Parts: sequence; C-alpha cells; structure tokens
Amino acid sequence: MAEEKKLFKVTIDNITIEVEPGTTVLNAARKIGGDVTPPAMCYYSKLQGSGGKCRTCLVEVAAGSAADPRPMPKLVASCRTNVMDGMVVKNITSDKVTDARNGVVEFLLINHPLDCPICDQAGECHLQDLGYEHGKEGTRYEFKRRTFEKEDIGPYIQLHMTRCILCYRCTYVADQLTDKRVHGILDRGDHAEISTYISKAIDNDFSGNMIDVCPVGALTDKTFRFKNRVWFTKPVDAHRNCDKCCGKVTLWQRGDEVLRVTARKDEWGEVQNYDGKPGWICNDCRFHKKKSSDWVIEGLTNINRHSVIGQGKYPGLVIPKETIAEVMHGRDPKLLMDIHDISDVNDPSVDLSLIEGPATSKTFEKNEQ
Amino acid sequence: MQLTNRAKQVDRKPMTWLESIYLWNILKGMGITFSHLFKKRPTISYPEQKRSFSKVFRGLHVLNRDEEGRERCTACGLCAVACPAEAITMEAAERLPSEENLYREEKYAAKYEINMLRCIFCGLCEEACPKDAIYLSQTFAPSNYSRKGFIYKKEDLLIPNPVTEPEAYQKALGDKAGKN
Repeated sequence: MAEEKKLFKVTIDNITIEVEPGTTVLNAARKIGGDVTPPAMCYYSKLQGSGGKCRTCLVEVAAGSAADPRPMPKLVASCRTNVMDGMVVKNITSDKVTDARNGVVEFLLINHPLDCPICDQAGECHLQDLGYEHGKEGTRYEFKRRTFEKEDIGPYIQLHMTRCILCYRCTYVADQLTDKRVHGILDRGDHAEISTYISKAIDNDFSGNMIDVCPVGALTDKTFRFKNRVWFTKPVDAHRNCDKCCGKVTLWQRGDEVLRVTARKDEWGEVQNYDGKPGWICNDCRFHKKKSSDWVIEGLTNINRHSVIGQGKYPGLVIPKETIAEVMHGRDPKLLMDIHDISDVNDPSVDLSLIEGPATSKTFEKNEQ
Repeated sequence: MQLTNRAKQVDRKPMTWLESIYLWNILKGMGITFSHLFKKRPTISYPEQKRSFSKVFRGLHVLNRDEEGRERCTACGLCAVACPAEAITMEAAERLPSEENLYREEKYAAKYEINMLRCIFCGLCEEACPKDAIYLSQTFAPSNYSRKGFIYKKEDLLIPNPVTEPEAYQKALGDKAGKN
C-alpha cells in the first residue's frame, strides 16, 4: 500500500485534500471537483507537455508549503505548478485570481471573432463557457482583428485559424498520437498560426482527435459542418468493434441519422479513459461510420442539466404507443397530416449524414426536382 | 349563515293578471335594445376598417434582410432553442461563392419554418436573435381552412428585398422602421 508514500496535504479554497507528490495544483483541484477547479483551455491531462500557455488556470498560492509558508509573489499557472506539503491555494476565494482571469479572457477574446452563430463548436465551446463566466459584455479593442482564410486540413478537418487561441493541444495530438507529425505552428507571437506544412493533408488514422481536443471551433469536423447545431442533436453512447481504436464513441443523432461521431468526453471536456488509456477514436469510426446500423447503441449520454445540449432531451422518456392502427382496425385515417407533406425541414429523402461536406443550395435543389 | 347583507328575500307571491301577460317586461327589454340604436357603435367593419396596434404588438414573424438585400439569418438555432412552443425549425447550408449577394454570412438557413399553430407570439425568438434577423411584425397570421396553411416557410416569412422592391420593403417594415 501507499504507506511508505508520503501524501502531500494541500488546501484549495479552504478544502483540504491529500494528493501524491508530483500532482499539479490543477489536478488536485480536479480531485475536489466543482467550482474549486480552475478552468483550463490549453492543459489536457491526456496529452503530455500540454498546459502553461493560456493562463486561464491562474491561482494564488497563499502559502508555498509547510516548510516555507511564504506566499508566492505572483499568480501561478495551476496546470504547471506542483503541490507542496501544506500548500494553501486560493482560486475562487481570491479576488486577485478572478480579476486576472477576467483579464486573461479578455485577451483570449481580442482576436477571437464573434461568429458563434456560425461556428459548429457553439454549445460545447470552452471559450464560450469561459466568456460567459468571466467575459465582459463589450470589447475595449479598437483595432483590426487578426484574420485568416479558412483552410482545409486534410479531407475531413476544417481549420478556422481566426478562431484559434493557440493552445497547442492539436499539435500535441499530432505529435503523440500520430506517427508522422505533419502540422504545427508557424511564425511567432501575433502571427503564430496552426498549419500543415505546405498544406500537406493529414491522412493519419488518429488525426481526427485534434477536433475533440480543440477547446474552440478552430478545428471542426467537415463531415458535420453546418449540418445541425450541437444542441439539436441527440448524443447517445455507442460502440463498435474497431481494430484500430477502442470503438467507444458518442453519436450525435438527428432521428436515426448519425450526424457526428466524437470520442466520449468526461466532466472536464477531455476524452474519457478506458482501462487506464485515453479513449481516442480513429478516423474510420469518426468520419466513415455515419449509419446507426454501424453501431451498437448503449443509451443516451449523460448531459449536465445546465448545458444547452440537454435541452429537449428527456432521459426516461416513455413514448406512448401508436393507437391509430388499433382504433381504426387497420384502416388508414382519412385526415392524418404527415408533416413531411408540407414541411421541407428534415426531408426524409435528404440524408444529411451521408453528405461528405456541408449542405449547400445544390443539396436541396436536387430534391426539389 | 349570512356572508353579506346583500341577500334579498325571494318574493314568492303569485303574479297578478297584468304581470302574467309579461307586456311590461317585454317593453322594458325592448327599450334597452332600441336605446342602443342611438349610441356610438363599438364595432368596426373589419377588414375595411382596421384598428391600430400598440407599438409593442407582436404579430407575424418577418425574416429580415440587410441594406444590400442579403438575408441576415445564419441558422444559428437560437430562436428555435429559445422558442417555448418549439414552433421553429430550420436547416442550414453553406453559402457558395456565387451566392454572396444572397446571404450575409457563410452559413445561411436553407430551410426555415415556423408552425403558426404552435407559435404563441411571445417574441422570444426576436429577443434571442444575435443577427437581428427575425422580428415580429404588426400583422397577424391570416386564417386558413387547412392546417397546411399554417406552416410558414422562408418564402412566406422573408421581407421584400430593399434593393429591388423598396416600396414593399418599407411597407413590410411598418411602424418598426424607425426602431433600429
């Protein structure tokens, strides 16, 4: 047992917890959970070396350790700071931290476009959550925003560099999950830009995971592009036997159509662990298995009831059985209105899930002829 | 037990002969009826005459266009998610390079439908819209013989193009013209 292992006692927002030496303050706070946990935009526990870039996880260290109880002079990034025995950390109880975090969010939003109505990430975007909690209503920035042309990274991934906050998570995915890294960051400072070298397509089997790790809408799934808003799709857990990955995914459905496939996320918005390994999924599962018959459906994904994605989803919903056939003794009712006769939306003849890219006017034109 | 002192004792005396022919009561009633002939009429002859609506009247929805006549709606779904009656549905599409004069943003609503049978005209869609694309006008949904007629599609909802039909556009704007 861990008797010989000395555990460090750390107090975060007046809650004391014992953690192993070498744990970061952020991970210790995640063990406590709830509001105490600092938000993290760049740190991703499943990617080695991530963190330390976005500064949203700043915390105040009121006492460095039991041996040296002096406070740390500046706010520290909790994802990069290891706990010490007797450390006292202040997160939401410190005004300095809230203030600094508001500033950080303002900086992150300086170049971020306000195109949430268009962005496919809206509804599950970490920057949206962060902005909602810490952001200002207006902007004080009066200059031209940094803009880029949208770019295709491979056939399935769309890069909106304008939305990027340079968290570097996707480059770590490219580094650690795929064998040949073909994309990275070009230039420095304000000009820094995620790109594939000379628009080289990423055809690695696990490249799709950079969509899942992206905290904003910079990397989005092209096969899901503009198909539906996240909160109108129904997330269900499903699995299939895949020889490349764990095959455990979340399907985002509309009716029986599978509009999008993602890895399953845990409460921190990270990919869930299976048998101690992160459940990354392969591109085959993500981009090519867009039929519900490809999957074994386990049931509705558990969605936090405060999330907009939970709207209109009723766990434990019992659909009453169709009574018309029984009452009419098999005859067809004379005055039943089929909504598809009038409505063009959700037309059964257009299966959006099977279209490669976003729908255009041509998709619907064909149908009208 | 008596709750108020307004209770009247019922008169159960048998009617006299004059009372039993009811003539006096009929004349009294007719008197009230005919006196209304000389009073001001409270009704108007709709649809020739129309009453003016309040400034904040919430009527039939209009999908707005910008000054150049491009559709403002980007199919963000906020109106649909705000709608308490779940009356709004839409389907988005990507704007093609040749359609830049039609749609304001790179994504637009290819299909947009409001079920006026479900709509409760609460105006939450108008409030939720980040693009100023939908507003409730000062007309109401006309009656119809079939349910089909109450599924309003994009062509029913879109405001006339201000560039090609400026007069119809101004008319559709109505009293809201000076609002924004």
